[in-house]
This record gives sequence, structure tokens and C-alpha cells, in this order.
Amino acid sequence: MNWLDIGAVDDIPLRGARIVKTKAGCVAVFRTDVEEVFAASNTCPHKAGPLAEGIVHGQKVTCPLHNWVFDLNTGQAQGADEGRIDTYPVRIETGRILLDATKLLARQAA
Amino acid sequence: MSKQKLVIIGAGMATGRVLEHLTDSGADGDSGVDWDITLFNAEPRGNYNRIMLSPVLSGEKTYEDIITHDEAWYVERGVTCRFGERVMQIDREAKVVRAPNGDVPYDKLVLGTGSDPFIIPLPGHDLDGVIAYRDLEDTQKMMETGAGKRVVVIGGGLLGLEAAAGMAARGAEVTVVHIMGHLMERQLDEAASYLLKTSLEKKGITIRLMANSTAILGENGHVRALQLDGGEELPCDLLVMAVGIRPSVTLAKDAGLAVGRGVHVDDQLVTSDEDILAVGECVEHDGAVFGLVAPLYDQAKVAAQTLMGQQAVFMQKTLSTKLKVTGCDLFSAGDFAEGEGREDIVFRDPARGIYKRLVIENDTLVGAVMYGDTADGNWFFGLIKDGTDIAEMRETLIFGPAFQGGSPADPLSAVAALPLDAEICGCNGICKGKIVEAIGAGSGDLAAVRATTKASASCGTCTGLVEQLLEVTLGDDYAAPQSAAICGCTDLSHEDVRLLIRTKELKSQPAVWQELGWTTPNGCHVCRPAVNFYLIADWPVEYQDDPQSRFINERKHANIQKDGTFSVVPRMWGGITNAAELRAIADAADKYNVPTVKVTGGQRIDLLGVKGEDLPAMWADLGRAGLVSGHAYSKGLRTVKTCVGTDHCRFGTQDSTGLGIRLERALWGSWTPHKVKLGVSGCPRNCAEATCKDIGIVCVDSGYQIGVGGAAGMDLKEIQRLTEVETEEEAMDVIIAFVQLYREQAKYLDRIYKWIDKVSLDWTRERVVDDIEERAALVARFELSQSIYRRDPWADEAKKAQAKYEPLADLTLEAAE
Repeated sequence: MNWLDIGAVDDIPLRGARIVKTKAGCVAVFRTDVEEVFAASNTCPHKAGPLAEGIVHGQKVTCPLHNWVFDLNTGQAQGADEGRIDTYPVRIETGRILLDATKLLARQAA
Repeated sequence: MSKQKLVIIGAGMATGRVLEHLTDSGADGDSGVDWDITLFNAEPRGNYNRIMLSPVLSGEKTYEDIITHDEAWYVERGVTCRFGERVMQIDREAKVVRAPNGDVPYDKLVLGTGSDPFIIPLPGHDLDGVIAYRDLEDTQKMMETGAGKRVVVIGGGLLGLEAAAGMAARGAEVTVVHIMGHLMERQLDEAASYLLKTSLEKKGITIRLMANSTAILGENGHVRALQLDGGEELPCDLLVMAVGIRPSVTLAKDAGLAVGRGVHVDDQLVTSDEDILAVGECVEHDGAVFGLVAPLYDQAKVAAQTLMGQQAVFMQKTLSTKLKVTGCDLFSAGDFAEGEGREDIVFRDPARGIYKRLVIENDTLVGAVMYGDTADGNWFFGLIKDGTDIAEMRETLIFGPAFQGGSPADPLSAVAALPLDAEICGCNGICKGKIVEAIGAGSGDLAAVRATTKASASCGTCTGLVEQLLEVTLGDDYAAPQSAAICGCTDLSHEDVRLLIRTKELKSQPAVWQELGWTTPNGCHVCRPAVNFYLIADWPVEYQDDPQSRFINERKHANIQKDGTFSVVPRMWGGITNAAELRAIADAADKYNVPTVKVTGGQRIDLLGVKGEDLPAMWADLGRAGLVSGHAYSKGLRTVKTCVGTDHCRFGTQDSTGLGIRLERALWGSWTPHKVKLGVSGCPRNCAEATCKDIGIVCVDSGYQIGVGGAAGMDLKEIQRLTEVETEEEAMDVIIAFVQLYREQAKYLDRIYKWIDKVSLDWTRERVVDDIEERAALVARFELSQSIYRRDPWADEAKKAQAKYEPLADLTLEAAE
């Protein structure tokens, strides 16, 4: 594991998201609850909509372009839509968000 | 064996328990250690039950009732008490504790320094009458501030709310100021917290959420008021700061012990010095600090065993909190945060004010929050601790151990819970009681209820509620035609929700979710924007707009394009501009490399392809030239298209440009169920294409023809004549009243023409044309709302929200390593 401190939990509005730029593309960090965050690819597999701009509800996000809904636990598209976004391990430690960059670095090396 | 010298610093609940273990477990016999104990306490008293300060404050108990160890207890056990004496220093070399009335040597030392209340360093925090809520002295100060006095409590956590409730019980006028969006946000989710807030408000306590304190104002050295960041002052005679506690580590730190957030201890509660132990709130163990009493007692036991030379290990356990805040039952256990593969089960009973939420992961229960009915709390806690497989009982889990095979939550309970005098039909002023009476007297279906009471016989938006009343009253005898629910989160229709928001005075989203029995924790992308709009429209002053419940365009005040860039459209009032504005737009296009500049159909200029992070800077630049948001992205007023009217045109009959600008100035910034476009043409030649706008005005010699319900989108609609008026003044009033009626009545995402199809043009005409009083009332309500929303969001965002347009972090550099 390669945990990187990417910012404070409170930098993300509750039920909102912010992006983290990486060489493997943008990662969206979603704050689904006061002390709960998820990280996933920012890019919708449908038409590349920026998921960080979507409405966050429960542990899901709705793409702002065409309303595809993704479960942030699995990255799986919900309902009739078929597709998946990559998810990344992320955790909170004393108010800071730590993102595991292992997968991101591996992708970039590949 | 000779006596060992033990010094304990701090006579709190944890060290009290250490003493009990040492002196009551036959220390003389079993362990072979005999102690010569000295107990220091900065407070001038021994160990009392600090948790019970709140009942002392509210008057249910006295201080004597909550003493744990009295003088006799210490004498019996031969403990030398040095109360009211604050230890100055620990000399670890000499193994001596230095205190004002003499030094005491030790063989073993136990630190129980507890925690300090955190005092926000606001200007004026040292004024008289500004206190924390920590010890008996604070409690006494609060008790002295009696009936009729004004008290402000900063902090909406457990301690702050107990202080507030205690003071309110003594007759003080209490306001709680909390910086977060909901009370006790660490222990409760929003729904449970909303119920708590409602219950506190019923006790007469005022709750101010999202309130930022800026200064404490004084007069002659005594507190006078708390100032909030809007400049508002909350007058008070006493100000209680209850914003949290910090482990008290100064003494340990000065002595050179390892200290993080608290004093570091190992599993035996031994600090970095093998002769010094620490217990209680001053301790940090494996990254955690402690505030609840159960782990402190565990620590005390382990520390005592360590002192007696026995093997013992302190382990952190999953904790449940069963709280009673001022008579409201709360329970929370386990973990709601982090981790993957979680699901929620939510149960709400609006009628009884009950909320329960279970969090499930891999067929086990991992967390529970309950409000109002906590009877099953321990059962759930057991399931969490034991990691019981709940797959079999999943369907009925939330109903608790006694209820297996129960029915799901009743979708009718919200309507059933309405009082009889709740208004159901706003048009005809019919309340629930009258409808229920009519049903009882034989009106067995909607048509009969309409005929006998007139309820739902006018605009029809309350039809869903009347049908539910039929269902509640007649039970299975009534087969209700189903009106379409907003989404999967609720069985209620848009119309039902709008009406219930008003009749039940629901003023926040958690209130709506709870009182109307939402089945999800916080809605979805379908209902959230709708509910957010309904609350804005009905409670413009009380409700605060929630950006996270808006679609991207309205959250970022620009239109998202297919490649994730945005388009920026500054407002051009009535389509009129000038050289300076055009120059500013051209400069912005250059500076931010705008690839496409397009003239829109709404008589303004669109800058397409702007990067999200450039938006605030671009807005600031445009703002300096006097340009404001054109709201080209909003469900709100878009444009007022005009022709040049009498100013230049040889056919013009009225000043159509002037009226257009006046209308745009009046209406801009307002939120509506769907977009609203206006057109004002100066003569029937209609160069402003007013006849296919949501509201179109065609000027004629005798005055102004006002039409509504046009559209030129997926449906092509010509306006229908609402009325004709003689003066510009009257035209303004009728149009504003019409827009307000639309805001108050229509379903979210219904354009005006769709709404008119449902309620009929005549029905709207009765209200905004025929009924002068109603028209004036609508205009007044619109103005009230506009006093808040008639402002430039670009200017606000450019000033204070820059960060949300930028990436949280940039790892492209780190990744290069």
C-alpha cells in the first residue's frame, strides 16, 4: 500500500466530490457522509462524463451528463446500464483523506 | 514489605476507579504491595460522577447526590488528599511531584489529568460570563443565571445540548449556535439529528445551524452578545462554550513523556516512563483518545492490575452509545463510515417520531442509529459485536427481535399523522377533519369528496392526499388509483410532497425525509433537486439552498458541455449591451482561450469551452465590467427578449425594451420549477417572438397583452391570453404574481404550459388577475424570496468558493518519482 495524504475531509462538501489529478487520469473523491469517502475514476464509461460533478446520494453517484448511476463500493453501473468504473482504496485518518496510489502508479507504469 | 509510595494526579472517574481496585481488592493481602497513596486534585473536592452534572444543572439532582467518594471514604482507606492544589511539575529524575504546598516523592505515579474544555480564541473569550461546561464551578455559574436570562451556547454536541436543556429547564432563554449543518454530527445522522432538533425546539430552545461565530462582545468587562459572521448579534447574559475537549497533557509534556494527542500509553497503561501510568481522558492508546466512561473503567482496572504486578491487557472495544439528551432517547453503535460493500436499511415512523437506520456489510450488521425508540439497541449492538450472520432475518431485521415477519413501513403514516386541522386543499381552504367527516358520512370516492367538500375540486394538486385520506379512513374498502411517486425513495407524488411541506411546515431536507417516510438515507438524484426547490420556494428565509442537491449546471453556475468544459453566458438586460461590456467579454475570451463565441437566441453572448477551474477568475473579470450571471444554466429566469419598441421603431406602440429590462431586473435570480423565458414585443408584428415564450407580452396602443404557456422546445406551444392590462405597472404585478404562483404550485420540471394544462388557465387567472388581494400577496411573497435570491451568484462564488472549482490534489508530480 502507498497511502498519500490528499487533503482534509472538510475540503469536500458533504454529499459532494472533488477531483485528484493523476498521470493515470482524474480520480474523483466522493464524500458520502460526515466521515465517509470513496475514490473512483472520474470518467463515466458511457460518454466520459465527469462523475465528480454528479449528485451524490447514499453510496452512489449519478453522472451529470446522462444520469448513469454507479455504486461507489463496487464501481458497478446500476439498473439497466452496463459498465464499471475503477475504484481505489481510500480512508480517513484524523480528518485527513488518505488515498492508496498503488494501483494508480501501476497503471501508469504499464 | 515496606510501603510503596503512589501518587495520583487528578481525582476523576478513572483514577477513582483505580483507587477502588487498589484498596478494595485486598491490596494488603493478595498482591503483596501496600500503598502509601497521595491524591492530588486541582478542583477543591474529590471524585464525583461528572456525567451527572446535567441533572444537577437541570435541578433533578444536587451535588451531594452525585458524590462518588466522600471524605470518610478517603479517610477509611488512608488516602492523603491534596484537593484544590494544582501540581506544578513532575521531576522524573528525583521521582518527586512538585506542588504549591510541598513536594511528594513517588515510586509509582498515575496521571489522571483528564481533559480541558477547548476554548475558541474568539475576540472577547476572556470576558466575564464566558464559561466552559466541564466542572461543578461551571455548573454553579449556570445555575446562578436563572429564569428570564439569555444564554447562548456555542456547540451542538452532547455537552452543549445538555447545558442548553438544563438552562432551558431553569427558565432561561437559550440559543444554541452550531457551526455544522446538524446537531451531534459525530454520533447521529441527519435524520436522527433533525428529530432531536425538533424536540429541543419544542422545549423553547432556539437552534442556529451553520452559524459561524466571529466575536464575543462585552460591556464593562461582561459578555453582552455573540456576533455571527453575517454581523448579527445574539444578546446574552451568559455564554457557554461547549465545543469539545482536549486531553490535558501539559504536565506530561513538560515532564518529557511521549505525548501525541494524549499521553501515550501501552496495553498496560504505562507511559514512556515505566514508573508512570496514565488513565482516562488524558490518554492516547493505539491512536485513539477516549471520552465515554466504559473504556475509562476498563483502563482503570488494567492500570490497577499493572500496579499490583498482575498481567492485564487493555483492549479497545466496539462501543455503543445510548444517550438521553434531555428526555430524547438516542442510540448509536458501531461504524457508519469507511469500508466497502455497505447497505442501509432505514425505518421511519413519522407519526411516532421514530427513526432507525441499520448499516449492513457482507450479511452482518456493522452499525445502528436509533432515535425515539431505542428498546432494541442492545440487541442490535449484540449482533454488531458478535458479527452474527443476518442474511436469514434481513427482511425483518429492523423491526427488532420481537418482530419477525412484520409488514413493511406504512406509506400512509404521514397522512395519518396529520392533525385534523391541517389544510389539505389550499384553493378552497378545506382541512383534513372536514374531509374525514365527509368520508365518514358516506363520500366513498374522490368524486363524492369533491362534490361534498370541494376539496381537490379546483386546481387538483391535492388529489393524491385526498385519495390517501380515503384510503386511511376506509381501509381496504378503498382501492386508490396510484398517483406517480417522485422516485423510488418515496410513495408520495410531487403534489403530495409540496402540500405536506407546507401543512407540516417542513423546513429542511432531513425533515422531509423523516416526516414523509423516505426509504433511503438521503434521497437520490431525482428527488433531491425537486425537494431542494420546493423548500426554497416555500421557505425562502428559513431554508438554506443546498448546492449538493443541485444538478451540476446550477451548482457551478455554468452549462456543462459534452467534454466536461463549461459555457459562460453573461446577462444582457433586455438584450441591450454596450461597447465596454463587449470589450470585457472579448478580453475574457482571449485571456481564457475560449474556443467558441456564439450569439444565442436569447439576445446575448455565449462563451463555450471554458475550463472548470477558470470559471471563478473569469467571473471576477467579467464582474469588474459590471456583467453578472445570465443564469443560462438555471431552472429560473433565463432571458427577457425584447424589440426596440418606441425608442427607435416606427411601428412601436410602447417602450418594450424598457419593460423587458424592468421585468428582467425584477425576476432575475429567482428559482422556478423549470426554466422561464420571457419576450416583450413592441407591436403585434412581434419581432421579439413573444408568442412562443413561457410568458410573452405583446404591446398594443391600448396597453399590454399578457400571454402565458408558450414554448419552443420539444413541444411547440403558442401562448394563451392571460389578460390585457393598461399600464406597465399592472403588467409588472400580474407577471410577477403569475411567476410566484407557478413557483408555489407547479411540479418540479414542469414548464409553465404543462402546469397550466393541469390546473387550467382560468384557475391561474382567478388568482393573479381577478383577485387583487391575492395578486398583491403573491407579489409580496415573491419580493420576500427575492430579497435573498436576487443577487449575482458569480460574484459570490468568485469571492469565496474558488476552491471547489479546483482539484483537491495534484498527484501528477508525485507519480513521476
